[in-house]
Amino acid sequence: MKHTLWFIFAIIGSCSSQLARVKPYERGNLAKQVMSSDLDPLQKAMTEHGYFSREASFGGGGVGGGGCGCN
Amino acid sequence: MKTIIAILSTILVLHTPSLRAAEEGGKMPSLSRLLPGAALPNISGKVVLVDFWASWCGPCKASFPAMNRLHDKYSGKGLVIIAIGVDDDAAKYKAFAGKMGAKFSLFHDVQHKAAESFSPPSMPTSYIIDRKGVIRHVHNGFRGAITEAEYAAEIEALL
Repeated sequence: MKHTLWFIFAIIGSCSSQLARVKPYERGNLAKQVMSSDLDPLQKAMTEHGYFSREASFGGGGVGGGGCGCN
Repeated sequence: MKTIIAILSTILVLHTPSLRAAEEGGKMPSLSRLLPGAALPNISGKVVLVDFWASWCGPCKASFPAMNRLHDKYSGKGLVIIAIGVDDDAAKYKAFAGKMGAKFSLFHDVQHKAAESFSPPSMPTSYIIDRKGVIRHVHNGFRGAITEAEYAAEIEALL
């Protein structure tokens, strides 16, 4: 049982980066304009204000986000 | 002991895709195998520029005129440019290809077999391969005249 659990953890840990990563040539849907996080400047400003007010943190927007990721 | 071996071999298998990435100094993957049915040009003994592009990639759009200029200047001296599109949507691939007026060969990697084999680190990515089929340069991205000048210098050195 113990060995089985370690085995499962090892698999999950080793492939977690692969699961999360979108390959550069697969970003077609993410490159669409509608997927942009700052589509509406006013909404973006309100969202950032909300994050800052509630969590005493702001910024970090776009981390692992959309866009074509080109260049 | 058996469990440790099983874990290590599983981790190795799961990370195999990253080991397959085409890198400088490595042999170019076989395009005839990766693009079955494609009317590939003869690249035996030629300097090859393989470029991965997509219709949704802005820098790719900027790179096409540059590659046209390289084709005009060096195709007679032994350069072959093969541009591989990775669009999921065939209609977008065709529309982009029709609009850009490429003078070089275009192919559609519908199943992403070529992309998985080369594993381009960004879009676009260009590979410059020498006459012996060895990848000599890998360019991540396209940055206008600077990148075009790099292409020209590297191609001239290999021709």
